[in-house]
Amino acid sequence: MAPLIALEDVAKTYRMGDVEVRALRGVSLSIEKGEFVAIMGQSGSGKSTLMNVIGCLDRPTAGRYWLDRLEVSALSRDQLAGIRNRTLGFVFQSFNLLSRTSALENVELPLLYAGIGRQQRHAQARASLERVGLGDRMDHTPSQLSGGQQQRVAIARALVNGPRVVLADEPTGNLDSRTSIEVMALFQELGRSGITVVLVTHEPDVSTYAGRVVVLKDGRLQSDRRQNPAPAILPPGEEAA
Amino acid sequence: MRNKLRSFLTTLGMIFGVGAVIATVAIGEGARSAVEAAFASMGTNLLVVLPGTTTSGGVRGGSGTQPTLTWDDLKAIRTELPSVRYAVAVLRSGSQVISEDANWTTQVQGTEPDFFEIRNWPMLMGTRFTQSDVDAGTKVVVLGATVADKLFGPNANPVGQVVRIRNIPFQVVAVAGRKGQSPFGQDYDDAVFIPLTTYMAKVQGGLQKFIAGQILITGVTAARAETDVTALLRDRHNLKGGDDDFSIRNLAEVASAQEESSRTVSLLLAIVAGVSLLVGGIGIMNIMLVSVTERTREIGTRMAIGARGMDILMQFLVEAVTLATLGGLLGIAFGVLTARWMTSLFHWPVLFRADVILVSVVFSALVGVAFGLYPAQKASRLDPIEALRFE
Repeated sequence: MAPLIALEDVAKTYRMGDVEVRALRGVSLSIEKGEFVAIMGQSGSGKSTLMNVIGCLDRPTAGRYWLDRLEVSALSRDQLAGIRNRTLGFVFQSFNLLSRTSALENVELPLLYAGIGRQQRHAQARASLERVGLGDRMDHTPSQLSGGQQQRVAIARALVNGPRVVLADEPTGNLDSRTSIEVMALFQELGRSGITVVLVTHEPDVSTYAGRVVVLKDGRLQSDRRQNPAPAILPPGEEAA
Repeated sequence: MRNKLRSFLTTLGMIFGVGAVIATVAIGEGARSAVEAAFASMGTNLLVVLPGTTTSGGVRGGSGTQPTLTWDDLKAIRTELPSVRYAVAVLRSGSQVISEDANWTTQVQGTEPDFFEIRNWPMLMGTRFTQSDVDAGTKVVVLGATVADKLFGPNANPVGQVVRIRNIPFQVVAVAGRKGQSPFGQDYDDAVFIPLTTYMAKVQGGLQKFIAGQILITGVTAARAETDVTALLRDRHNLKGGDDDFSIRNLAEVASAQEESSRTVSLLLAIVAGVSLLVGGIGIMNIMLVSVTERTREIGTRMAIGARGMDILMQFLVEAVTLATLGGLLGIAFGVLTARWMTSLFHWPVLFRADVILVSVVFSALVGVAFGLYPAQKASRLDPIEALRFE
C-alpha cells in the first residue's frame, strides 16, 4: 500500500532580497496512515517549511510530493485550497480562531468553504466539538474560553471535515504543561482512530508523545526514529480542566 | 463590520453624498414642476403676436409702439393657416370697476370666447360669454377671481350682479377659475373680460382698422405656427427683408429656456453629488484596506482551512457593498429629512422621485463594488504562509 504522505527529494528555495535561502535541500519522507509524527529541529532548520509543504500551503521548488496518492506539487492555488479543506486539518500555535465568533461557528467555517448546507454544518460541528469535550461550550466566543479550550476548539475545527491528516504547528507553545498533556492525549487518540498527525515542535518533552520523531537540520533529515510513545496521562491528583 | 463606530464614520461619505443627491434632486424637481405648472397655466403652444416696431426718422420704436396688425390680418391667420388652432385679439386697458359698495382698479380685457380655450381657463362659477355676445356687443363681463374677491368679498357668488366699467353697467356672467401668478409674478386673476366688440365700442371708443392690442395664437405646434404666421404677416405687410413690423413671442421657447437653465443646475448638482460619492467610495476603499491589513492572519487562517481566493474576495466585496449600501440607505433618509426641513424652512416645493431613490441605492452598491474590489483582490491574493506569519 502506498504511504499516505510521500515526499521525494523535496527542496524549497526562497529569495529574500538578494539572498537565496535554501530552506529544504532534498527531503525524502514517507508517513503512513495513523502515524503520529513529531518534526523537530532548531529554528532555521526548515521544519516550518516542511510543514507548509506537507500542508499544501507552499509548493516545493524541486522534488515531488504525493498526498493520498495524488501528486500535489503541480496543482493550482484553488486545487490546493480544496485539498486543505477536505484532506487536511490545521492546528496553530496561537489557535487562530475568529474572535467575536462562537465556538460552533468557528468549527463550521471549513464546512462553509466546502459548500455544505446549514443543517449539516451545525450537526457536524456539534459532533466535532463533542469529540474534543466542548459540547457544553458551543456558544462561547474565544475570549470566554481558556487557552486549552481554545486549542480544543481549533482541533475540533481541524477535524470537522473528516481529514486524513492533522497538521499541528507548535500546538502547545501557548499552553501550560497540564493543558499541553490534554492536547497531546487528544492527538494520540486521533492516531488510534486512523488520522495521521504531523506535529512540529522544538520541545523534546512534547515529542515523547509521538510514535515517530523526525529531526531536521539545515534543510536535511538528520534522524528519523520510531519510539514507544509516552502515555499522555495527567499526573495523579490533578483533574482535567 | 466589527467596529460599529468605524463603520459608521466610513459610511459618512456615502451618507452625505447620497443625501446631497436626494435632497438636491427633490428640491430641483420641486422647482421644475412649479415652473412647469406656471407655464402650463399660461397656455401650451402659445404665441403672442405684437404689433410694432416701426422706424421713423432713424428712431426705432419698441414693440407695440405702432399699431400695424389689422383685423384682416387676424382673419387671415384664422382662415389660411392650418397650423393655427385658435387665434384671438386681446385689447386691454386699465380701468376702474365698481360694484354696489366697492371699487377696484384692474385691467379690462376685450376678447373672444376662444381666449379661454387658448389660456385653458375654466370658469369657477357661471358661464363665460359666447360668440353671439361678441356679435351682438352685449354688456356682460367675466370677473377674474381676484377682482370678484375685491368687489364682492371672498366666497361670494357675484353671477347675475351688475358692475360698472367706465360708468356703463355690465352684467356679471361668470367668475374665472383661479390661475395664480405668471412665471414673472403677474396676477392672472386681477382682470375682467368683456366681449371684444363691446370693448371696442364702449371702452376703446369706436372701431378701428388696426388692432390696438395683441393677438394670442395656439398652434398645433408652436414652432410650426410661428413660422407660418411670420410668413403670412410678412406677405400681407409686403415686407421684403428688413425689419418686421410685428414681433412674435413663443412662450414654449421661454419655457424651454427656463427648463434648460434648471437642467444646467441639475447637471451641476449631479457633478457635486458624483464627487461626494467618489469621496465616499475612497473612504470605503481606505477602511477596507485597513481591514484587510488588520485581518491578515484571519485571511491566512481561512485560506489554511480551505477558503479559495474567490471566497476571500467575495467576503470582502460583500462587506464593502454592505457598507456602501448601508451608507446609501442612511443617505436617502438623511436627504429626505434635509429636503423636508428645507421645505418647512423656506417653503420650497420638493418632489421625491422613486426612480432617483432606487438609482441611488443601486449606485451606492456599485460604489461598494468599484471601491471594494481592489482591497478584496488584495486580500484574495495574499500568500497564506505570509498571512499566517503576519503579526
